[in-house]
Amino acid sequence: MAILNNRLTAEQYEQNFSDIHPPFDSRDAALVEANRCLFCYDAPCTKSCPTSINIPRFIKQITTDNIKGSAYTILDANIMGAGCSKVCPVEKLCEGSCVYNFLDEPPIPIAKLQRYSTEKAIEHKWPLFQRKPSTGRKVAVVGAGPAGLSCAHALSREGVDVTIYEKENQGGGLMTYGIAAYKVTPECCKDEVSFITSLGGIDIKYKQALGQDVSLAELQNNYDAVYLGVGVGLARQLNIPGEELAGVEDAIQFIYDIREKGYPSVPVGDKVAVIGLGMTAIDAATQAKRLGAKDVTIVYRRTQAEMPSTEVELNLAKLDGCNLIWLASPKEIKGENGRVSQLICHVMELSVPDTSGRRAPVETGETITLNVDMVIKAAGQVPYEELVSTHQLANWNGKVAIDSRCATNIPGVFAGGDCVNGGKEVVDAVQAGKDGAKAILEFIMSEIGPPMRSE
Amino acid sequence: MADLSANFLGIKSPNPFWLASAPPTDKQYNVLRAFEAGWGGVVWKTLGSQVKNVSSRYSAIDYGGTKMMGFNNIELISDRPLAINLREIAECVRLFPDRAMIVSLMADNSRAKWHELIAQVEDTGAHGLELNFGCPHGMTERGMGAAVGQDPEIAKMVVEWVMEKATIPVITKLTPNVHSVVPTGRATVEGGTHALSLINTIQSVTGVDLDTLVPNPYVAGKSVYGGYCGPAVKPIALKMLTTIAQDPITSRVPISGIGGVSTWKDAVEFLLLGASNVQVCTAVMKHGFRIVEDMCDGMNNWMDEKGFKTLDDFIGKSVPTITHWEDLDINYHIVAKINQDKCIHCGLCYIACEDTSHQAINLSYGNPYNTYSIKEDECVGCNLCKLVCPVDSCITMVEQRKGDEYVNWKEFQRRGLPLNDH
Repeated sequence: MAILNNRLTAEQYEQNFSDIHPPFDSRDAALVEANRCLFCYDAPCTKSCPTSINIPRFIKQITTDNIKGSAYTILDANIMGAGCSKVCPVEKLCEGSCVYNFLDEPPIPIAKLQRYSTEKAIEHKWPLFQRKPSTGRKVAVVGAGPAGLSCAHALSREGVDVTIYEKENQGGGLMTYGIAAYKVTPECCKDEVSFITSLGGIDIKYKQALGQDVSLAELQNNYDAVYLGVGVGLARQLNIPGEELAGVEDAIQFIYDIREKGYPSVPVGDKVAVIGLGMTAIDAATQAKRLGAKDVTIVYRRTQAEMPSTEVELNLAKLDGCNLIWLASPKEIKGENGRVSQLICHVMELSVPDTSGRRAPVETGETITLNVDMVIKAAGQVPYEELVSTHQLANWNGKVAIDSRCATNIPGVFAGGDCVNGGKEVVDAVQAGKDGAKAILEFIMSEIGPPMRSE
Repeated sequence: MADLSANFLGIKSPNPFWLASAPPTDKQYNVLRAFEAGWGGVVWKTLGSQVKNVSSRYSAIDYGGTKMMGFNNIELISDRPLAINLREIAECVRLFPDRAMIVSLMADNSRAKWHELIAQVEDTGAHGLELNFGCPHGMTERGMGAAVGQDPEIAKMVVEWVMEKATIPVITKLTPNVHSVVPTGRATVEGGTHALSLINTIQSVTGVDLDTLVPNPYVAGKSVYGGYCGPAVKPIALKMLTTIAQDPITSRVPISGIGGVSTWKDAVEFLLLGASNVQVCTAVMKHGFRIVEDMCDGMNNWMDEKGFKTLDDFIGKSVPTITHWEDLDINYHIVAKINQDKCIHCGLCYIACEDTSHQAINLSYGNPYNTYSIKEDECVGCNLCKLVCPVDSCITMVEQRKGDEYVNWKEFQRRGLPLNDH
């Protein structure tokens, strides 16, 4: 048993990480699906989209070959509409509420149609948005992820100059660094960020981490307002013996390495255990398998009924040949010569429902032992608690507290996205960015006074 | 098993499906393939003086993802030498003696030319003639085709010339490019035609190419009006057919129904409204000759279900149900009903009624699904909601008569009944 990189040939890597949701082959194929859309009134799909994209409208626009109009409809509501078309769990959002589900017919492939329009917009660099004349106001945004970019774009459209401070050397946040590579390629993320910033008025400063390279006080001094969209990033620790052994890795780092270093450079074991069953766990498990791990087992302490992942995601893992162990919770990681050799788990059972109806997993006293050489932890992410508390930001266990107008306890400092909610979908972060921009514009108008004209 | 065999003016065919005079009946190769596929008969593409065609010749209307809802062409009559056509017609008759062979004709405007052409065609052994008084393009400029069909007197005169010579049945094909097909129909019946067929194509512009800015079909930067056909024209053809079937003079002769016939259902509708058989073209140009299989099979099954043994059992059966507006029963009233178990909450009924009709549907907001119900007092029974609803029998119309007796508009006025009753 060994943890190795370069397990596959270049062709195998390419095949394993190719797009799992390929686009339509042709205009006609897209038209057939677009024409199935009933053009619902007060459409459930739109209501189920956190960014409220007018889905019937953009699909209608596809049917008339008005692709530019269609792309505008999408991106006006969700500037990351291209990425979201690839990573959104549509089965529980728009497509999940498509009225065709009542007819036991396949729902409209909304994501695929959304991709059809937005990919063209990005490929052809359509200048769909124009900035209003500069107001002379400046806002700093921390984090070039979905929330930050969305906020920056919305502000810039209104004539506010935005500077984004990003700790990585690329924008996109979770899209670029935290999602399986077979869903969205690094090039897509890069193109999407370029498309967003092509509006003008948005300057991204890379390798600028808050609290290290730039301070909040500095931003407060130099800008009319600050928006924090720092996300979450720290993997939850298991706090069990053996966690320090070589071969124990956190899923976020693992996925980050796949995105940053290239597939052949990322080592995986022969027998890999993945702890947890959220989206990140699935992305880690499937990618470990696609990197050449012989045996991947997902260990989850509850049952399928409680899993945070969607069934579509779970099926991805199953189809990739990952094993699943339900009702098992890590107890201890054992090693030989400082390297992982075994994962010992408590066998769990679900307790009787508490007052909220929730059934907590409890230990049965039995254990099972898995022979593994690699353990990937995907048991949830925790906010940057230290970063938040050292900046005197009111928070809930590290999650930044905001009021109904996206404002933190520090005047002129706003926040949104994963750093506030603890981690939700990309599309939720985009909406948070829009909300933040709206609040900041109101703040600039009322607290600082009407915008100054730069002329 | 119902009997699908048809007898049109003594011309027998195993089924009532003929191919209309058009590109598919332009040569022996196609016609033999059609007969092998099971078509009951053909009307050979129009013969006349030598012509030359252009390209392109066709254009189409696609709608809602469906191709060729409407179709348009600027083809002329057969551009192949007459002698070859005649030889091939004779060969087809010899090879498939049980199928109907009709030949479409459009001679130059002289009695002698017509007589000469008829004699040549009859020599082939063809079973009937169809006079092309309908072609709307190319030939009209020379006073032929629709130019004849649009003038009852000229049409009658040409039919009279034909009847002097013809010894086999004569069908006159009418143009729809008139405000009513009845005057020309009457004139040609009075002129002696044995039968009528309708409709020929309707003059049209299918659209303009938004890149070249030239309408379709495109011929070296120019276009012309073309003849419209395909599923889109069926309602117009049915209406014109019905007027011919209802008229006391034109209804004396059998009618061959043409215009957007694509399925057995279309064909049954044409027969119910007075046609004795149907002619098909656009549908085979889209799918090939094989569609006749389902046309025969579907019609057969429908006849079995309805208990009709032969075509004569239902030909013309629906004609008397088309009446005048002022004879309709005003006391008949229906209201819509939404089956909540079937409703998929698309809101199409609501928005159609709210924006464009009588605001007779309630909306109760939900997330993400709204609930819709009918305000019976406001519902005028227009049927729009039912038509837009995408779910089978989710919206039904329930009868709520306003009175027991039959009252029509004339009676309503005579009695001075209040206008705002319903």
